[in-house]
Amino acid sequence: MANLMSFLPGVLAGLKMTLGVFFITIIGSVPLGILASLGMKSPYFTIRWLVNGYIWIMRGTPLLLQLIFIYYGLATVGLPFDRFEAAAFAFIINYAAYLAEIFRGGLQAVPQGQFDAAKVLGLSKTQTFFKVVLPQVIKIVVPSFGNEVVNLVKDTSLIYVIGLGDILRAGSIAASREVTLLPYLLVGVIYLLMTAIVTLILRASEKRLNVWR
Amino acid sequence: MIKIENLSKSYGEKVIFKDLSMSLENGEILAVLGPSGIGKTTFIKTLTGLEEAQSGTVNLDGKELQVGDSELTAKIGLIFQDFNLFPHLTVKKNITLAPVLTKTMSEEEAAAKADSLLEKLGLSEQADLYPYQLSGGQKQRVGIARALAMNPQVIAYDEPTSGLDEKATKQVADVMLALKEEGVAQLVVTHDLPFAKDVADQTFDFEKEVKRS
Repeated sequence: MANLMSFLPGVLAGLKMTLGVFFITIIGSVPLGILASLGMKSPYFTIRWLVNGYIWIMRGTPLLLQLIFIYYGLATVGLPFDRFEAAAFAFIINYAAYLAEIFRGGLQAVPQGQFDAAKVLGLSKTQTFFKVVLPQVIKIVVPSFGNEVVNLVKDTSLIYVIGLGDILRAGSIAASREVTLLPYLLVGVIYLLMTAIVTLILRASEKRLNVWR
Repeated sequence: MIKIENLSKSYGEKVIFKDLSMSLENGEILAVLGPSGIGKTTFIKTLTGLEEAQSGTVNLDGKELQVGDSELTAKIGLIFQDFNLFPHLTVKKNITLAPVLTKTMSEEEAAAKADSLLEKLGLSEQADLYPYQLSGGQKQRVGIARALAMNPQVIAYDEPTSGLDEKATKQVADVMLALKEEGVAQLVVTHDLPFAKDVADQTFDFEKEVKRS
């Protein structure tokens, strides 16, 4: 335990980076995912086509590859991103695509009768979406959304590929320097703690949403 | 009074009904009868603007309006066969949602209106329950209260008793007769002949009286 203090600060700095990517992805990908799910139901063919193409590319290629393309690829065509911006951008558009599919399923599960009832009561389309449809979609998607969030916790480790120092990379560096597996053990425990917190929050929100059926 | 004139609806080549006309006085109940699958529900959805009409006007107390016009739809309340209550809202919130969102009433006015409607329909004790906690008959009365909160001039019912037992059917009939006393014009689509016989002042045979070519 004597050498814990020698690598703990580094690992905690990595944790900060990991959490940064995590939160920015959640904040950015949820609204974008909702928008994309609405785009998939658009009456305009071009919009549906574009959104479906976007989702196909995002889900059809590894996130690791997308990170490389966005950071190194775009720089070669004169669109340089700084490392963190590139990571945030890649994660947001990637997770938004997965979330869009989840939200689309949720939207489809809301019965037509709900839209009809809102319409005859004189609600506008925006009011219908935010006050009638969205609350029902949220309840439907919470379990699958939770799955994505847990995946995201662990996927943040991919940012090492564009040279960002996340918690796993910090652990890795410490492990080679100190010639011990302890930093890895610490990193594993921190991941477990993060996913445990996420799981608890999601369970609590599921429970709260269960007051109605 | 309400006078429907030359209402027509077709899906492509298939004519559901053509040049349909009927009228009813305030305080009158008109039952539209006929076997299922004949287009009665389509008729009521067309009248309330949920389905687009090929032609048709409605004269409401001397004012002529096009079918589908939002001014007209706002004056017709619709009660659904499968209730279509908003599952995520309490009984009271189901009733106050539309008046508040459409700015017809302030929150206080809407709440007071909801309380008085609930009392009138014998649902005061259910005000804070969610729809899943109600019986079929209670759900249907909440549906009626929700429509009444918007102060409609006409109330249209789509098979309001189809999922209800005898007792609940009687409750719906009692509510309709009470509204009749208040001078509301009511139009009810049904294949429940004993129920129609109990409430209706006049009947319209959808099978015999409708033109389809």
